[in-house]
Amino acid sequence: MSHLKIFAVIMLSMLLSACPKTQVPDPEPTDVTYGGDSGANTSGTDAGGFGGGEEIPWDGAEELGTIIYFDFDSSEVRAQDQDIVAAHAIALNDSSFKKVRLEGHADERGSREYNIGLGERRAQAVRQLLMIQGVNASQIQTVSFGEERPEAMGSSESDYARNRRVEIKYTN
Amino acid sequence: MLKFLKRSIFMLLVLCAGANAELVIDVQGVARPAPVSIVPFGWEGSSPKIPLDIAAVINSDLKRSGRFAPIPESDMLQKPTDGADVDFDDWTILGVEAVVVGKLTQTGDNAYTLQFQLFDTFGRKQLVGYRMPASRGTMRAAAHRAADMIYEKLTGIKGVFGTQVAYVTAEQRGTERLYSLIVSDQDGENDHKIMESKDPIMSPAWSPDSRQLAYVSFEGSKSSIFVQTLRSGNRFQVSNKPGINGAPSFSPDGRKLVVTLGGVDGNLDIYVIDIRSRESTRLTTHRAIDTEGSWSPDGRYIYFTSDRAGGPQVYRISANGGTPERVTFEGSYNARPRLSPDGTRLAMVHNDRGSFRIAVMNIETKALLILSEGQQDESPSFAPNSDILIYATRLRGDGVLETVSADGLIRQKMASGQGDVREPVWSPFPRF
Repeated sequence: MSHLKIFAVIMLSMLLSACPKTQVPDPEPTDVTYGGDSGANTSGTDAGGFGGGEEIPWDGAEELGTIIYFDFDSSEVRAQDQDIVAAHAIALNDSSFKKVRLEGHADERGSREYNIGLGERRAQAVRQLLMIQGVNASQIQTVSFGEERPEAMGSSESDYARNRRVEIKYTN
Repeated sequence: MLKFLKRSIFMLLVLCAGANAELVIDVQGVARPAPVSIVPFGWEGSSPKIPLDIAAVINSDLKRSGRFAPIPESDMLQKPTDGADVDFDDWTILGVEAVVVGKLTQTGDNAYTLQFQLFDTFGRKQLVGYRMPASRGTMRAAAHRAADMIYEKLTGIKGVFGTQVAYVTAEQRGTERLYSLIVSDQDGENDHKIMESKDPIMSPAWSPDSRQLAYVSFEGSKSSIFVQTLRSGNRFQVSNKPGINGAPSFSPDGRKLVVTLGGVDGNLDIYVIDIRSRESTRLTTHRAIDTEGSWSPDGRYIYFTSDRAGGPQVYRISANGGTPERVTFEGSYNARPRLSPDGTRLAMVHNDRGSFRIAVMNIETKALLILSEGQQDESPSFAPNSDILIYATRLRGDGVLETVSADGLIRQKMASGQGDVREPVWSPFPRF
């Protein structure tokens, strides 16, 4: 168990240094690992990448991040984020046992149930991209939390930018 | 699996007796309120003190309506508890237009009689007098009922002081948020938490007999629709399909729910679910977002939000299906339609030059009236008398509740005691 912890720490530091700078603030470290409440028991973290800081087989996706941000009133995955989705497609194609939950979110403006629709539209946009790249529909589940689970609690434009997102969470 | 179990265990279904009132109400009256007087009620019973200050409950109801200005007790020249003792000159000299007197009498161990009389001081006559039974548990409701009768006599509008509101709160607890579904009296008192969860709770909706609430819960990180009976706390799942299960609203006969289902492909459409059989009928098929359905009071139409024309606008469709018809045309964003119980007005969230505000549209003239002044106002819900609406607005980042008269003249804030308060829905009239 402690091996896993050490591994997670190494992963985290690698990830932080490798994280590309975008116009949105860096997400919290806990948001970009497979940890949290969904993928803690992912079986992919085997000994392959442990020791010496070598390449990690399929976890390239993780280095890129698990959060896709969207423009205002848009459900289009931006050009710079296409690679993130592609990396997840590779990871999912690698093992049909892996499953993801795409969690769509919206900023707080407007009506709550309509925002559920906007969040779902974003989750579906990522789902379509994954499926185009060969991922089986049965590996993907979508859920929209609308404006109910903001990443940033404020009401500024930059808060809104952080809240319009899809989080890719591995559930198996 | 263990995670799921933990989560399930955490999900508490509680029916806790009214602890502290969560809402503190702050009046922002606008119109010129009429001076009235509610004289402290008399008390005949075994305890030295009256178990509930009846006059204070009525006083606060009338004051909060924004239409009345009850005078303070210290200004009263007499404090009769029986109509026969009212001296009209003692009131007209103060400019008081109406006076209420009454008393509470204990008739058994947990049995009381509440009586009151309302007088027109300048007309020198009784407008209404009534006597009703009460217990310790129903005493507050009886006082609200008296206030309703007084309000209706003086304004010609049916009072809603005996009604309830349901709303959702979100509180930060360490790294987690705790969501609660609360039911309280319309004045914020007597609040009960009927459900709480670490996952979001959304879109509460009253059954027409006000005995049940439908709502959306995200427990297990997926949405499903429940109907919960308030008295028992028992609930059952009405819809748990793949994808979105959202936006429930009861049919006027209470047998069906209009809901939004998204399916695996995430195409949100309006469906009607028979609550008993769970059978669902699809009403819309457009690939746009169709959501937030709600029945017209006559049961003929379902009003809903759709962005099939680009931005969200309100449409309506026959409850039996057919071709939807666009209802709103003013502005780029109109969502979450709710018809007034008398069917004359449509409330919605409207983008007013960049701010999301509550607006009502006159169904006949199509004239739009903006009722609120916030930036993020949402979830309008009519009181059963069609004269007042409740909605959520923001105060220093947190959601709070406000009410506004349907003509926009009287607005009042209900400051939240705890957390982020949202999605208020007003109950139908209680059935005695």
